[in-house]
Amino acid sequence: MKITGAEIFIECLKKEGVKHMFGYPGGVVLNIFDRLHDEKDLQLILTRHEQGAVHAADGYARATGKPGVVLVTSGPGATNTVTGIATAYMDSIPMVIFTGQVPTLLIGNDAFQEADIVGITRPCTKHNFLVKDVEDLAQVIKEAFHIAMAGRPGPVLIDLPKDVTTHKAEFVYPESVKLRSYNPTYEGNKYMIKQAAEMVAHAKRPVIVAGGGVVLSGASKELKEFAEYADLPVTMTLMGLGGFPGSHRLSLGMLGMHGTFYANKSIQESDLLIAIGMRFDDRVTGKIDAFAPHAKIIHIDIDPTSIRKNVRVDIPIVGDVKKVLTVLNKVMKEEVKEQWVEVRKAWAKQLDAWRKERPMTYDRDSEVIKPQYVVEKIYELTKGDAIIATEVGQNQMWAAQFFKYDKPRTWLSSGGLGTMGYGFPAAIGAQLAFPNKLVIDIAGDGSIQMNIQELATAVINKLPVKVAILNNRYLGMVRQWQELFFQERYAHTKLDDTVPDFVKIAEAYNAVGLRATKKSEVEPVLKEAFSIKRPVFMDFVTDWHEKVYPMVPAGAAIDNMLFYEETKKSEKKLKAVK
Amino acid sequence: MRHTISVLVENKFGVLSRISGLFSGRGYNIESLSVNETTDPQVSVMTIVTTGDDWIIEQITKQLNKLIDVIKVVDMTELDHVEREMVLIKVSPRQEDKAEVLRLAEIFRGRVVDSSQKTYTIEITGEEKKIEAIVELLRPMGIKEFVRTGKIAIAREGIKKS
Ligand SMILES: Cc1ncc(C[n+]2csc(CCOP(=O)(O)OP(=O)(O)O)c2C)c(N)n1
Ligand SMILES: [Mg+2]
Repeated sequence: MKITGAEIFIECLKKEGVKHMFGYPGGVVLNIFDRLHDEKDLQLILTRHEQGAVHAADGYARATGKPGVVLVTSGPGATNTVTGIATAYMDSIPMVIFTGQVPTLLIGNDAFQEADIVGITRPCTKHNFLVKDVEDLAQVIKEAFHIAMAGRPGPVLIDLPKDVTTHKAEFVYPESVKLRSYNPTYEGNKYMIKQAAEMVAHAKRPVIVAGGGVVLSGASKELKEFAEYADLPVTMTLMGLGGFPGSHRLSLGMLGMHGTFYANKSIQESDLLIAIGMRFDDRVTGKIDAFAPHAKIIHIDIDPTSIRKNVRVDIPIVGDVKKVLTVLNKVMKEEVKEQWVEVRKAWAKQLDAWRKERPMTYDRDSEVIKPQYVVEKIYELTKGDAIIATEVGQNQMWAAQFFKYDKPRTWLSSGGLGTMGYGFPAAIGAQLAFPNKLVIDIAGDGSIQMNIQELATAVINKLPVKVAILNNRYLGMVRQWQELFFQERYAHTKLDDTVPDFVKIAEAYNAVGLRATKKSEVEPVLKEAFSIKRPVFMDFVTDWHEKVYPMVPAGAAIDNMLFYEETKKSEKKLKAVK
Repeated sequence: MRHTISVLVENKFGVLSRISGLFSGRGYNIESLSVNETTDPQVSVMTIVTTGDDWIIEQITKQLNKLIDVIKVVDMTELDHVEREMVLIKVSPRQEDKAEVLRLAEIFRGRVVDSSQKTYTIEITGEEKKIEAIVELLRPMGIKEFVRTGKIAIAREGIKKS
């Protein structure tokens, strides 16, 4: 029996096990929306902006590991997805985005609400498709889900002309996909793995740098086994948080521009870097020529283009992180002589000395609310058992620094693109996937306004997301740079009186709004919010002057850091750096 | 250094812009690009001439391979291979140079494919150096215009460059 493209679409999603998607309707996708109207097993969450839909699907994907699915209309609906798609692309998040398109016969005619979304998203999708014939639809959807998840994951877009959704075809869903042009390498080269194991065994000052690939490939267990067996300290990139327990004795916390002193120091003094599922982003390496000057580098990544892109590598291993670590652990145990106990002791002692020399700190005695205090309190009250999303700016960095992520997929943050407005819809997506979990968006007063309309989505769908706004009345991170590098000329970063009353906004949307203006109010507000089974905005009026430390000025070596304790002194040092 | 890279691609809608977009988006240089059919109608071959140091060329080949529609990437420069290019040159020589133009065409194994009272159009096939040489020789005689196909390349059978 032949069925319509709209029906094929729905059948395909069911075959893929999709339960939820996010979207927004419009003219050319009406046939699909009409079919969805009666569906019980396939729920579409209507967001209030297409960008919100894509971030929500992204948060859903990061929290679950399953691909996020989006359905929007053509033209403006499609173009509104671009920031969300680029965000997912930079962080390798699997998603399938369906955009409506004008009927095939009108394509190229500048038809009403026509946009060349396949052309527009070509550089920010892993792959994209325009379906011209309903006969191809099922095959394309199958391929799209496969490509989104295979190898290094990423967003895939499918453009669906209106007539394709009404034309009929026999529905046959392919059992499997085989693409002669796309066969990622999953198994690492055994010889290289053996070499790596020998190097690890002989290293005196080894450090693991764990990236988002650890989380994406589900390799946390293997990583922990590896680190513990060979007594290897672990630092994480922003994307790697949660890939290794932040509270583990071997954890050095995050490295890079706002990394810990001891993480950055360990890199600079290391004789062996074991880079796992990470890509040496400039926020991680700082000045590239001065990065890890004494270290040999082992680099494990599924994407060959990540290897030798910006740093020299001694042992490249292309493969799935989980698979490679499984073999590596076996080789370490069976084929390599255990000889590192003594050397590691000396290295551990050195790392501890650095930990003591410069612990993560801030002014804990202040009566004004310090943003770091709010994050620490969230950690304390939740005991780390929460999914944390973030916006972008200082809020994001403090959320990374002062909360310890012990489990993968509990940290949702736009790392590569740094998209303000990401966190709130992402939290909504994660909450949909885990209705009983505490999901918190740690936000800035600037960022939250970029997708604040999604409060309606949270309220109507009874998704009790908590938003902790670190309200400094500034575009704080930019202000920080202006303070440090632009003689305190705060061009267009002072929001001040124009910051809306977030409590009233929450109430206007029929959510709950709470406010803390003094330190003593922080804990009660958090406790109250966590006890309410509805979406809550918490407005924490924080010290506007607070800056994120440590900080490596852009372009400096990563051990050339400015520190909290010496704001005054370090500002002088900064002038010397410039 | 200059490299000739041969890329086998699925002959699908938009594949050329995926490739050219990769080069422009990452700031790689394309000196010439030609796209052709192969024996398999579903597969096209692109011959790309590009420049860059070893790091860049390594990235270019890896990035090309990463594109979903790319089946195979071969850096011809690493293999023993044959390269050819064709040029069509329209010259309008003075009366006294006409014989010389025809003589040059013959030396270069060219063919006159069109002529008018004032012009000859000559077709020449060969390696880049040969094409450049004929263009230089004809230039003083008055080249009106010329068009080059860009390079195509094919590996020699069974021989690997050491
Ligand atoms: C969409 C977008 N536009 C601009 C920026 C540049 N930017 C980075 S941080 C920041 C300030 C963020 O302000 P806020 O949300 O209040 O966070 P804070 O730094 O104050 O914690 C800006 C404008 C960005 N990252 N994303
Ligand atoms: Mg702010």
